[in-house]
Amino acid sequence: MTKLGRRAVLAGLAAAALPRPALAQGARGRVVVVGGGFGGATAARVLHRAGHAVTLIEPAETYWACPFSNEVIAGLRPMSAQAFGYDALRASGVTLARTSAEAIDGAARRVRLADGTSLDYDRLILSPGIALRFDALSGYDAAAAEVMPHAWKAGAQTELLARKLAAMPENGTVVLAVPGNPYRCPPGPYERASLIAHYLKTRKPRAKLIVLDAKDTFSKQKLFQQAWAALYPGILDYVPLAAGGQVSSVDVKAMTVATDFETYKADVACIIPPQRAAPIASAAGVADRSGWCPIDPVTFESRLVAGIHVVGDAAIAGAMPKSAFAANAQAKVCAEAVIDLLAGRTPEPPKLINTCYSLVAPGYGISVAGVYHPANGVLADVEGAGGTSPVDAPDAVREKEAVYAEEWYRTITAAVFG
Amino acid sequence: MRASLLLVLLATTPAAASPPGASSCSGCHGAPGGAVPSLAGHSAEDIAASLSAFRSGARPATVMNRIAKGFSDDESRAIAAWIAGGGQ
Ligand SMILES: Cc1cc2nc3c(=O)[nH]c(=O)nc-3n(C[C@H](O)[C@H](O)[C@H](O)COP(=O)(O)OP(=O)(O)OC[C@H]3O[C@@H](n4cnc5c(N)ncnc54)[C@H](O)[C@@H]3O)c2cc1C
Repeated sequence: MTKLGRRAVLAGLAAAALPRPALAQGARGRVVVVGGGFGGATAARVLHRAGHAVTLIEPAETYWACPFSNEVIAGLRPMSAQAFGYDALRASGVTLARTSAEAIDGAARRVRLADGTSLDYDRLILSPGIALRFDALSGYDAAAAEVMPHAWKAGAQTELLARKLAAMPENGTVVLAVPGNPYRCPPGPYERASLIAHYLKTRKPRAKLIVLDAKDTFSKQKLFQQAWAALYPGILDYVPLAAGGQVSSVDVKAMTVATDFETYKADVACIIPPQRAAPIASAAGVADRSGWCPIDPVTFESRLVAGIHVVGDAAIAGAMPKSAFAANAQAKVCAEAVIDLLAGRTPEPPKLINTCYSLVAPGYGISVAGVYHPANGVLADVEGAGGTSPVDAPDAVREKEAVYAEEWYRTITAAVFG
Repeated sequence: MRASLLLVLLATTPAAASPPGASSCSGCHGAPGGAVPSLAGHSAEDIAASLSAFRSGARPATVMNRIAKGFSDDESRAIAAWIAGGGQ
């Protein structure tokens, strides 16, 4: 009914029976949200605003945001601009459990927490983000990541990579390894390549960046490659899969990164390894053999365990990328669906939007957008919508998109954590 | 009579489901004063007209033209009514 808008509501009221208030019906359900990132914190807010008792489980007191962390790595932004807390969420009345979820019993609808307590739920929303796979590249484990940072979860890793770049010799070589699909933030590695190249160009012009990619095509590719040719010739060397770009092993002692064809000596290596949903997803039984979580595209309820909904990076969201924008949009749709389900209503098929900005240099922004809807059991692109910034746009458009990128970050972090 | 019923309905029922697509808008459109226009204080007619102009290309944009193409006129009107009614 709310789909139709006010005029239709007015028109329909005479004929239809007045629906019972959602608040009275929905307040009965206990909802637990696991993970206080872009997805989970959003879901908790929506549920709380609608009058639901909701507990958000998150062990960290500070959330380090990944968007714009590539700017931190390139020395363009302080790390403090990435830090968010949960005080505002707590003050708004959301119950926070500062611990992590260890196991979820889907049959008993109970989640066991690391502090030894358990919580019963009617519906659980899981937005735990990713785990880096330390079993995928020979030689690349958690200890190796202290030498060759991934910086794919913002925080200490981001600062480590920034420090290593700053300490690198003037004529050094940076090697950046990019995984195959799917992974968190599809355009992120190329934004990182761009901003590292910008750093080298402005601070260490005799240094080089080699990007080793496990695939041949990527998000906003034309726009990135156009910018690289214009801004970073002789600095950024891109090696796609077809030219032997897939990294198979690393050696942190020798500081080498190897493909099946060549071994690259690095002064600084950033290895973004393959990923999967965070461990709690498999502990709950909602991850499939791919390591990610299949979901219903209307409610985001797990295809594997009833009563558990998965949003954000951990979910298999069809055509939607793993982005903070998408996690936020999914969390809102999922929370509304949970409210409907608890009230005994059938959720309407949703539509969702995603917009991801990347900076290829300061003041030079590009974007990709999409609109998605459930089709054939998955979230599919709405045909005719979305796409990237034009390849032939004037500088003024690139500048505007850089401003909008900043503004998006300010708005979404205020909406989620403010 | 119908209008007062509606008021009661809107006041006591935090609409669970927003119209398709509507809840995504606040990903970019926030409080007034920023570079991305705030949607606060705009009438449903204004918002629907803007979406239609973005869709047709009559109103130039960086990203809204790509997004508006994902919605029909009816969907745009429903989104506009929801936002004008305070949805976020
Ligand atoms: C370099 C980089 C740049 C990016 N740039 C952009 C960008 O410009 N735009 C964009 O939209 N996206 C961007 N992203 C992607 C974005 O960061 C992710 O898509 C987003 O964080 C996903 O949100 P999430 O809620 O799924 O997971 P997360 O944000 O990772 O949140 C997961 C939370 O769950 C918690 N958690 C995990 N396990 C448990 C447990 N067992 N119990 C309790 N809590 C748990 C974690 O502590 C964490 O706080 C970027 C990513 C990177 C790496």
